[in-house]
Amino acid sequence: MAVLRLKTPLSERDMRGLKARDTVYVTGTLVTARDQAHKRALEFLREGKKLPVNLEGLAVFHCGPIVKREDEKWKVVAAGPTTSARMEPLEGDFITALGVRLIIGKGGMGPKTAEAMKSFGAAYAAFTGGAAVLAAKMIKAVKGVEWLDLGMPEALWVLEVEDFGPLTVAMDSHGNNLYADIIKRAEGNRERIYRRIGYAK
Amino acid sequence: MGIEDTVERVAVNLLRLATTKLPKDVKEALQRAYREEESEIGKIQLETILKNVEQAEETGTPICQDTGTIVFYVKAGAKAKNLSEIAEALRSATKIATETVPLRPNAVNPFTQENTGDNTGRFIPFIHWEIVSGDSVEITAFPKGGGSENVCALGMLTPGQGVKRLKKFVVDAVIRAGAMPCPPTIVGVGVGGGSDIAMKLAKMALLRPLDQPNPDLELAKMEEELREAANMTGIGPMGLGGKSTVLGVNMEWAHRHPASYPVGVAFQCWAARRASARLYSNGTLEYLTHEVK
Repeated sequence: MAVLRLKTPLSERDMRGLKARDTVYVTGTLVTARDQAHKRALEFLREGKKLPVNLEGLAVFHCGPIVKREDEKWKVVAAGPTTSARMEPLEGDFITALGVRLIIGKGGMGPKTAEAMKSFGAAYAAFTGGAAVLAAKMIKAVKGVEWLDLGMPEALWVLEVEDFGPLTVAMDSHGNNLYADIIKRAEGNRERIYRRIGYAK
Repeated sequence: MGIEDTVERVAVNLLRLATTKLPKDVKEALQRAYREEESEIGKIQLETILKNVEQAEETGTPICQDTGTIVFYVKAGAKAKNLSEIAEALRSATKIATETVPLRPNAVNPFTQENTGDNTGRFIPFIHWEIVSGDSVEITAFPKGGGSENVCALGMLTPGQGVKRLKKFVVDAVIRAGAMPCPPTIVGVGVGGGSDIAMKLAKMALLRPLDQPNPDLELAKMEEELREAANMTGIGPMGLGGKSTVLGVNMEWAHRHPASYPVGVAFQCWAARRASARLYSNGTLEYLTHEVK
């Protein structure tokens, strides 16, 4: 369990060096994207259109923040991660086609994303769900916002962050998946738990 | 000042309190979980959670960016005046709180996907009404996060399989939910009634503080048994492994139809937000879940 500090743009080498269970802090640019932004990004790619933000080497944050307009400037009030599993059908293509190296979210993702991470050299890091105030504190500035027509939670927020973490590497580029390990262990405990509650098949 | 003004003002306060400050029982349960956690990653999660709770309280900002679907529980004294104005007051309070706290706009039309932008919409905020005796009005703000909502479960079990099957259903729901509901969660279990009643009771069970045991001794024992069972899964804080998967299991029940055995399981994330206040007819106000200076 190493503790690492990374800076964007992230390289394949950076990502290959990460192992599940490592703790990571990221400095640089995060871009938020949820369901609708993923959908639109892939539509843009299909139509051969350029995205308003170049995501190459950046970290994508599964987050629908609360953002406030203060003196002509955007200020992030709260910005914890959202459930990543919802983006599973689109994330693999999103990573490989757009060159995203790090996904930050909560709850982990499925086999399609894991496969893309393995082949492309990307990783998934968990930020504590609900810890929205701490996350906002590590966001130093809003560099821009795109696709605000999708609504505040769904827009692409381009955020400048400093030592964003602690993030736990939960899926690495070597095929390790911490969530899958935990669920496997829970499954393994199932019979013992059934006995504890007096339920026997 | 009429009841509408008062209710509106109180409800804005309740939404602010609920979203920025955890009730004491939840905070204490999280602190205990932190002390008892043995997994290193689990401990990091709980430490981050506690720091976040502290920061939110200090700065008066929402604990979590998902400030939920706005739900109110109202116990309306039959003799309280102007009851018909309460619903409108809660609606306008929701709009005001969305601006001033601020809350994230979370009311989306399921057909057009359009976000109304102010947390109100068709049937939203949803109000659960209960008529009680007396002339006071008790209001609970219960902003309900989406992540934990998405793993709620309803089981229409076979009556012949009885209580053991009910307990299995709860354990299975916890394992299936895994990391999704932001553990350590509070699990509300509603038993009996019908499909809708079981779910409603499960949600109602979430309103009971964690340090208040079930008044029914047998059920209190079952809640403890289910809490231990859920924590044997090893899912842990944020599903990254550890001892504390649930902070507590709260049960509520109703009599059932002879042919049905409905079980509702409602999940509440660690950011278990709720705030209540009672308004008396003489104009005095009492906050029930939070200390307010």
